[in-house]
Amino acid sequence: MNSRIGCIAFNTFREAVRDRVLYNLIAFALLLSAAAILVGQISIDIERLVVVNLGLTAVSLFGVVIAIFIGIGLVSKEIDKRTLYTVLSRPVRRWEFVVGKFFGLTGTLVVNTFFMACGVFLALFYVAHGFEKMDLWILGALYFIVLQFLIVCALALFFSSFSTPLMSAVFTFALFVIGSLAEDLRGFARMLKGLGGWFAQGVAYLVPNFSAFNVISQVAHGAPIAGTLILYNTVYALLYSAMAISGAVLIFQRRNLK
Amino acid sequence: MAAIEILDLEKKYLVGFWRQRPKLALRPLRLTIEAGEVFGLLGPNGAGKTTTLKLLMGLVLPTAGSARIMGLEIDDLRVKSQIGFLPEQPYFYDHLTARELLNYYGQLSGVPAKGRSRCVEEMLARVGLTDSAGVQLRKFSKGMLQRVGLAQAILHDPKIVFLDEPMSGLDPMGRREVRDLIQQLQSEGKTVFFSTHILSDAEALCDRVAIIHQGELRGVGGIADWTSQTHGKVEIIFYAQGRQVPSALTTLGAEARRSGETICATLPEEQQDAALEVLRRERLKLISLLPVRRSLEEYYVQKLKPAERGIGVGV
Repeated sequence: MNSRIGCIAFNTFREAVRDRVLYNLIAFALLLSAAAILVGQISIDIERLVVVNLGLTAVSLFGVVIAIFIGIGLVSKEIDKRTLYTVLSRPVRRWEFVVGKFFGLTGTLVVNTFFMACGVFLALFYVAHGFEKMDLWILGALYFIVLQFLIVCALALFFSSFSTPLMSAVFTFALFVIGSLAEDLRGFARMLKGLGGWFAQGVAYLVPNFSAFNVISQVAHGAPIAGTLILYNTVYALLYSAMAISGAVLIFQRRNLK
Repeated sequence: MAAIEILDLEKKYLVGFWRQRPKLALRPLRLTIEAGEVFGLLGPNGAGKTTTLKLLMGLVLPTAGSARIMGLEIDDLRVKSQIGFLPEQPYFYDHLTARELLNYYGQLSGVPAKGRSRCVEEMLARVGLTDSAGVQLRKFSKGMLQRVGLAQAILHDPKIVFLDEPMSGLDPMGRREVRDLIQQLQSEGKTVFFSTHILSDAEALCDRVAIIHQGELRGVGGIADWTSQTHGKVEIIFYAQGRQVPSALTTLGAEARRSGETICATLPEEQQDAALEVLRRERLKLISLLPVRRSLEEYYVQKLKPAERGIGVGV
């Protein structure tokens, strides 16, 4: 990473921290503590299952909400507030700015996820009174969640490069929901015949396949994650994010900053 | 080598939602600014001054034409380390302190890490913000933000400084400080290109000015060339000593007005000696006698009239 991208990324991270984005951790901690105490009292032998399911789902949802709501303002806020003028009048290329903002937000989400993951393990320790070897797969599920964040951030950035913040939020959230059902969508598309079938399959493969990243239930039951899935998801997330960021850069390069 | 060469730079925007039509924000503009000059771009609000500056900064893309800074095309990244820019009514990252902001811009401008802190501290001292250096910018007043803006524009020791309405919205002290800073920059041999609609500032600071109106260049010329011209009239100021304007002066064609204890009379240049003779005869005490010079305001008003389309010194 060149120094300018690093510098912009660090500033984006610092802005998120100072704008109290990480305060969401307090809500997360309260939610998880309450759940752990409640589960410890009412469930028999499924405490681990419930805490892992609930904890990882909360990590995912909290992160996606942050990714969307910060991601949509990453570029548009800088244009509206004109803070961009004094950055782009320096030896900074427009693509470096976009990539720097992306890394800054993903960095924020990684730090946020790290603290939430600590919370999940603490809650697990509280209800299960110890760790088992299969708990290591929780790290795999967390890794997939972070990969999802990469795609969501990139999409939010892409939409915000040509749309209003509100519309960008709607588009990104809609794609997140549709993408979470991507496997079903692909199944339906395969059932269609002819041109319509081709079109439906094209659309089904174009939306991000978030369902492939959802292994929460699997790891909650202590089942391992296949190495090929880890490889496939990593490559997929990196390629999809790179495509969305490239689209954002292409649009942003041609944009007049009025 | 010219510091800035603007070669038929033009900007059109598409306006409207369904039926988009082009709106000309800047007609082909051709200007050359020499190194070391303080150059003012004058015009009313909406004239195209900010568009010109944004085009030069690469913030908006030209529809036609090009521009060169220090002999390099404006989209060449090497240009950007040679220039500093203060936007109109600047906004900065308000979560940062003044020191952090300058450090950030220093990094982006390629100021070496080794001397960066010293450079930032010097700049904070230069704009009088040392005591507020650790305060977040969200707590700064408008005048303080303008100082931060000036500091970030000159932090990396650029050869050319672009300032968009640098005195706009400042109190008299603030304006004075900005004026002093521009004069300092000029004495350091830097080229300053600034836009303004405050003519007195331009008259006090600029070597040359260009007047732009409705996106069109209406005139360009040296301040001294214009203001050294006289109207063929002189202005005589003398103590009234409780008396009326002597009738002999009125006979010479003088237009006189009383202001407190003094009388100011304007009359044709060729009547100057006769007027002095009248004052001597009437035993009135002379305060000053000056030729009436043209002002930048006259030039500006003349160039803004729809009929006036001539480009040049306009004298």
